[in-house]
Amino acid sequence: MTIQTPPSTERAEKLQGLGCARKRVEDARFTQGKGHYVDDIKLPGMLFGDFVRSPYGHARIVSIDKDAALAVPGVVAVLTAEDLIPLDLHYMPTLAGDVQAVLAHEKVLFQNQEVAFVIAEDRYAAADAVELVEVEYAELPALTDPFEAMNEDAPLLREDIKDKMEGAHGPRRHHNHIFTWEVGEKAETEKALADAEVVAEELISYQRVHPCPLETCGCVASMDKINGKLTVWGTFQAPHAVRTVASLISKIPEHNIRIISPDIGGGFGNKVGVYPGYICSIVASIVTGVPVKWVEDRIENLSTTAFARDYHMTGKIAAKRDGTITGLWCHVLADHGAFDACADPTKFPAGFFNICTGSYDIPVAFVSVDGVYTNKAPGGVAYRCSFRVTEASYFIERMIDVLARKLNMDPAELRIKNFIRKEQFPYTSALGWEYDSGDYHTAMQQALDTTDYRMLREQQAANRRAFANGETRTLMGIGVAFFTEIVGAGPVKNCDILGLGMFDSCEIRIHPTGSAIARLGTISQGQGHATTFAQILASEIGIPADQITVEEGDTDTAPYGLGTYGSRSTPVAGAATAMAGRKIRAKAQMIAAYLLEVHDDDLEWDVDRFHVKGNPEKAKTMAEIAFAAYNQAIPGIEPGLEAVSYYDPPNMTYPFGAYICVVDIDVDTGVTDVRRFYALDDCGTRINPMVIEGQVHGGLTEALAIAMGQEITYDEIGNVHGASLMDFYLPTAVETPFWETDHTVTPSPHHPIGAKGVGESPNVGGVSAFSNAVNDAFAHLGLVHTEMPHDHWRVWNTAHQLGLHK
Amino acid sequence: MSKSHIKMTINGRSVEALVEPRTLLIHFLREDQALTGPHIGCDTGHCGACTVDLDGKSVKSCMVFAAQADGSEITTIEGMAAPDGTLHALQEAFREHHGLQCGYCTPGMITRAYRLLQENPDPSVDEIRYGISGNLCRCTGYQNIVKAIQAAAETLSAPKEAAE
Repeated sequence: MTIQTPPSTERAEKLQGLGCARKRVEDARFTQGKGHYVDDIKLPGMLFGDFVRSPYGHARIVSIDKDAALAVPGVVAVLTAEDLIPLDLHYMPTLAGDVQAVLAHEKVLFQNQEVAFVIAEDRYAAADAVELVEVEYAELPALTDPFEAMNEDAPLLREDIKDKMEGAHGPRRHHNHIFTWEVGEKAETEKALADAEVVAEELISYQRVHPCPLETCGCVASMDKINGKLTVWGTFQAPHAVRTVASLISKIPEHNIRIISPDIGGGFGNKVGVYPGYICSIVASIVTGVPVKWVEDRIENLSTTAFARDYHMTGKIAAKRDGTITGLWCHVLADHGAFDACADPTKFPAGFFNICTGSYDIPVAFVSVDGVYTNKAPGGVAYRCSFRVTEASYFIERMIDVLARKLNMDPAELRIKNFIRKEQFPYTSALGWEYDSGDYHTAMQQALDTTDYRMLREQQAANRRAFANGETRTLMGIGVAFFTEIVGAGPVKNCDILGLGMFDSCEIRIHPTGSAIARLGTISQGQGHATTFAQILASEIGIPADQITVEEGDTDTAPYGLGTYGSRSTPVAGAATAMAGRKIRAKAQMIAAYLLEVHDDDLEWDVDRFHVKGNPEKAKTMAEIAFAAYNQAIPGIEPGLEAVSYYDPPNMTYPFGAYICVVDIDVDTGVTDVRRFYALDDCGTRINPMVIEGQVHGGLTEALAIAMGQEITYDEIGNVHGASLMDFYLPTAVETPFWETDHTVTPSPHHPIGAKGVGESPNVGGVSAFSNAVNDAFAHLGLVHTEMPHDHWRVWNTAHQLGLHK
Repeated sequence: MSKSHIKMTINGRSVEALVEPRTLLIHFLREDQALTGPHIGCDTGHCGACTVDLDGKSVKSCMVFAAQADGSEITTIEGMAAPDGTLHALQEAFREHHGLQCGYCTPGMITRAYRLLQENPDPSVDEIRYGISGNLCRCTGYQNIVKAIQAAAETLSAPKEAAE
């Protein structure tokens, strides 16, 4: 009997590996209401925690009276800083080398700061008791304008570190100063500015916003006093890092801590940090001996855990009259709020902001960043971007448009003139990054051709004539943006968080019947890792994706990794997956050689099997090899088929893209309609086009939200505004436009499968495209720059100030 | 606090319980009835993650007391599939068209879309977008959700057309 081997293309298709639009394996449970999120956890005897929060932005705590709260039926305990001081837990370390109050000690520094933690038998009793904790405050003058933070007479915020003038990132020169970070060549950049034919200068502010995932942050802590083991289920984007930090803070040995991230309802950077709720729940469980749940409500989420941005960027860009850029200078005033809880790799207090030379070949540049304290919530996370990259990209993309205005040049043409050319890669930027690969001219040309950019500009010229003649009250704006992301943090030599190198990991076990489980150090929050990592592996080891389980988020079973944020899962854990797969294949090759009685080198890999070179019918499939690994003694080879890879990436990856946005603005109402949005993304090798497209749609919608409406502000006495969904803008399906997506493919040369990561690109590029479009609509009337968010009021006001309402 | 006696039908099952008058329907469903499909996203009625079908209307269950639902008929995402386990066309279409990512809005979104299609079996894109505007999604940008609802509408109307 001869069994004909199916052709390799047919077998490859059955694997559902790299490049196919595989349907998601996660969806069966989510569409049936069987997801398992933190708030779904219900354990016997579980108690609920809830916070008493400060109504003031800055105040001294005079007294706290718990008696009335403790009298509420069902209330078990009320914790204050006084209870945490003996445990040395009233402050906790932040990711940025500062400390943050777990429960306010002596004074409060921002509105809604955690003051006391009520523990009760149900959430209603806890809420009742929160109202009955009597706290007497003496109000202090609040500081909410970062530009006044370092004034001589500015109020002293951080009394706990007032004498500590050497901060985590160098000397502090004022009691509200956190750090100064400088990169680049100062003198040469100043010379370039002095010698320039043209200098464009602008203050570009990126407002305070919040990632606002639909599920808020929360946890369930359970201390088992019998075996000494602490288990914490939580909304953690980096479960292993949480375990290590929890061990260092609590002094519980790390092997006795188990951190589990169950299903997570979106993260977008919000769930990277460590928050007082986690510490209080753990302490409460240790004290009471039963599990304690804490889940924040939406107002708590928006006003206390992890804001993003709040960067005020002054830029100067030097150029020749023909548009050639000769230098870039930037100073950032960074508002970090009351504690520096910014989530960045240790050596980068302003993240990767020094990617701010963007996609352009700028010979010389200098950046300095000053971080300051104010009476606002701490945070400073990367909201759907790599560390401070959205700020950097917004800065350069607005500056390029400002320069284009000054030169009276088309913004697309100015970009093309200054792009890093394809042959310059790998390219080292003036601020020290080595861009791995890119082909910007091709991407931009494809974007301009597909959208018929020339025709759009002609339409705009006609619109402007009609507007001038009084035939319309609508102005058309065209936003062009080109971005280069820097993701996949990162090489251990320069990237760590709290001393933990930012490698990632994958462990694979092949079962005797030829199916497999892969465990990773990352954790999906909606990205679909269980689907896409199985695809990477299917192509590497020839086992169908449907027969590979991908598991993440349990520190007792998953290999150590630094988690999911900064688009690092595919560049780092994805690489680890491919590398672990190759280890499996190497051992499989030895087993196949034994089974086929040939030398290893005489075998050739063929989709899902090894066959003898020149004789495709003499083969052993991966399933046959797996079975052999478990059922027979093979001389010189250990039984079993498993591998683990810890991948330390040699470099970051640099996804890029060209976005074009067309808006129509009603100058009398300020209403801005997005007529068209075209997004071309190059994320290198594409693992699952369906998932990529979904990521792009979602990222663009978050960019729309930020550019057109999101903002968290504070008044002069420190009241937070915009911290509920009544005020904080989340676009509905009605405001969200139709997204057109496109791509080019420039594989990463150093990544095992050439992938670069994509989840955050659309947010990085999208914000600039929207903002450039709104600014462009008024450009012919003399507008140089107007600040985000471009909500109806602001846009109307811009029109008003330009004299359009006379 | 004295408790109220309530009776209702949830996903075809008769339920009787004693609840505090202030217990929200979402807490009653999730914590007393172990129906954790509907989620809590905002507590203020904006996000729609807690949407259930109550007496033929889409209702945000964080805005209703359990006591107010006394005598009602409720369907949650857990009651969307047929008793034999066959998924509803919407559940199939959301997977087929990648209408979800983190899954947190999905139960509310599907439950809302179910009622929308009951009211308007052949909605236009604009009608779908308007019809689901009480349900927020942070992951998908809605485009694939709209596509999924369109596809489900087609599937649901197909047998009727065939019979004609």
